[in-house]
Amino acid sequence: MSSAYELAIEHQAVSSTDQKNQLHPRLLKSPVVLKATGVTKSYRKGKVEVPVLNGVDIEVLEGEFQAIVGASGSGKSTFLHLLATLDKPDDGEIYFEDNRIDNLPAASRDILRNRYIGMIFQFYHLLPELTALENVLMPVMIHHGFMSYMLQRRKFRKRAKELLDLVGLSHRLKHRPREMSGGEMQRVAIARSLMANPRLLLADEPTGNLDRAAGEEIMEIIHELNSAYDVTIVMVTHDLSIAAQADRTVRLAEGRVESVSFQS
Amino acid sequence: MYKLLLSWRYLKSRYIALASIVSVTLGVATLIVVNSVMAGFSDEMHKRLHGILSDIVIRSHDLNGLPDPEWHMDEIHQLAGDDIEAMTAAIQIPAMINFRDNIQGQWITQPITLIGIDHQTYSGVSDFSEYLLHPDNREQLDFLLKENDYGRGKKDRFPVSGWARRRVSAEWEQNAVEAPSDSEGIDAADIPSSPFPLIDDSGVEGQGATIAGLDGQISGAPGSTGDLDVPGVPFQSSNEPEIVFDPSSEQHTGIVLGISICSVRGRDADGEVMDYYFALPGDDVKVTFPNTGQPPKAVSDSFTIVDLYESEMSEYDSSFAFVPLAKLQDLRGMVDVQSGVKSVSTIQLKLKEGADLNAVRDKLQARFPIQQFGYQIQTWRDMQGPLLAAVQLETTILNILLFLIIAVAGFGILATFFMIVVEKTRDVGILKSLGAPSSGVMSIFLGYGLSLGTVGSGVGLVLGLLFVDHINTIAGWIEQVTGQEVFDPTVYYFNQIPVIVNPLTCVWVVIGAIAIAVIASILPARKAAKLHPVEALRYE
Repeated sequence: MSSAYELAIEHQAVSSTDQKNQLHPRLLKSPVVLKATGVTKSYRKGKVEVPVLNGVDIEVLEGEFQAIVGASGSGKSTFLHLLATLDKPDDGEIYFEDNRIDNLPAASRDILRNRYIGMIFQFYHLLPELTALENVLMPVMIHHGFMSYMLQRRKFRKRAKELLDLVGLSHRLKHRPREMSGGEMQRVAIARSLMANPRLLLADEPTGNLDRAAGEEIMEIIHELNSAYDVTIVMVTHDLSIAAQADRTVRLAEGRVESVSFQS
Repeated sequence: MYKLLLSWRYLKSRYIALASIVSVTLGVATLIVVNSVMAGFSDEMHKRLHGILSDIVIRSHDLNGLPDPEWHMDEIHQLAGDDIEAMTAAIQIPAMINFRDNIQGQWITQPITLIGIDHQTYSGVSDFSEYLLHPDNREQLDFLLKENDYGRGKKDRFPVSGWARRRVSAEWEQNAVEAPSDSEGIDAADIPSSPFPLIDDSGVEGQGATIAGLDGQISGAPGSTGDLDVPGVPFQSSNEPEIVFDPSSEQHTGIVLGISICSVRGRDADGEVMDYYFALPGDDVKVTFPNTGQPPKAVSDSFTIVDLYESEMSEYDSSFAFVPLAKLQDLRGMVDVQSGVKSVSTIQLKLKEGADLNAVRDKLQARFPIQQFGYQIQTWRDMQGPLLAAVQLETTILNILLFLIIAVAGFGILATFFMIVVEKTRDVGILKSLGAPSSGVMSIFLGYGLSLGTVGSGVGLVLGLLFVDHINTIAGWIEQVTGQEVFDPTVYYFNQIPVIVNPLTCVWVVIGAIAIAVIASILPARKAAKLHPVEALRYE
């Protein structure tokens, strides 16, 4: 574990018992959106079982901006994938709005990801064959069948254009990902994640692949989403300056929550 | 919705998919072209075979056998009269023909099948008369030499023949006889072969002038040489030396020769396909055949070629020669002296449209059991069985081979798709992270395969049909480019490549190709659907 990193958040570290008291006052009455208790996960490498998470507990309140930090290998991305139901934990439980989601059947988890949980990634993960607009429309295309989509096409396109406008890309509607810069691609990805109007946005190192200026732009948008639009955000990052902007920062080390800190 | 969009985009953006489409296209086009040509060939062959042979042939095992055809025909009428459209009796015997080659001047001897036919009824049982060269004979054959005009409407550059030729050669022969000192000891090769060029290049006017000139010189109009009901009248006189046979105005009994007996097909100096005729209508030939004696003795007689027969089946064109039935019966001694009952060797039937060939054959076989009569009763299919079976086998094997080509295209699609799935692994992860179900991911790739197969086989169908439609033009181009003849008329006797497009075959080929494309995409599609989203997203 990097010691500079430890130092940076140590002064804020508190015991988990009085967590709630330290949160930003606006969140005090918020319900819990996402809760994970005792989540464990290990991967097999041949015959050796490599533990990644050894019982992680977190709680995310509605409207909260939570950061999960940790060194590489601390299992933070794996944890985010479990929260997104892209993978199943070996043990432990994950609740989304009081409903257990880690053991849902595949079809339900697909619906959850499609309509309730938005995701953005370090490498943007746009579909290279589609234009920015089509990429943003993808969640509703997956949601709706052919006829249903075609009937509501105008409405969807309008919303997609609005979202691209929100992230400042209204001039890039017809561009393919490869014609855009990294920052622009990430903004398209953010617009896409918002298309289905999700209750929760999971971000996996969204600035990790961007230069400083572009990263700051992205963070500005994420902050705006959180503050102006009340989007609940869980972000995995290793950038401490970004983590410092979060309402709550959970630090993972060796598959456990090492400490939790709050924005001062 | 996204499935359609993505299938379409993948199709548009992958050149590797284009390769799969091309392989499907080529496979489909080839199958359609080959099937059409094979169908064309076999149909043409069926038509030819059936046209030449009548529906059912009753053949005596004995060359002299089957006496009293009228009785047989009455019996057959009683047995299956409702199904019978026409019936004729004929004699078919092996013979030798002997004539003077008008190119080299040498005598040519060839084995032939001599067929004595009743010219009134014979053309009723087969397409025989359609294959004759003279337009009048195609209407009704009468075994009389025509003035000229052979080949009109069939062969454009047919040499001068008929009476026009016969008068000139008679005059030339006359001159040769009148100068005996010259002709003595002269090698056959030195004799000028024919006063006619093989092809009259001077055109119709030139011909007209020749004939008009001859008309002035030769007295006695050509034409009536006696009634055919009394065959052989004109040259029975050959036994009586006082009546001289005048070849410029008289003919022997008519004979219709298969065109390949007296011609060869080859190429001239320019490479054009040409027919070279050793003998033409108007020339005399000698035919030798066995009589009915015990043991048979050879009988010879002179005949005048009155027409040529071109069925374009080399087997028949190179062996069949037709003479009047009554004349042949006379010459062979097939007429019973006491009773006057004549014999034939075959009876041929043509059945009405839609009649069951095999049923009628079986009825006849029951009526004329082989133990008692020794007749061979066969349908035309029975007679050409081995050939038809061979063509059928050829078609089947070709189809199997060609379908393997499409299967190869299928494996190409399989390999290509695996590559595309690997390449699109991250896209699959993205789609799954956006909530696309596995079935949706699978149907993207299945839809991809389907559209690939549809586009490929659609284009293949159009290309194949266009190719078939212009196959002869294309053959011409290939000939021009490569200098190699694609379709050699000297070999096939067809001047054009025959094609028949069977819509059902096309439909099956297209369906088969699409099915193969879809089946080939199932495995890769399943692989894509089974990808773990986390793994797929991590894939770089």
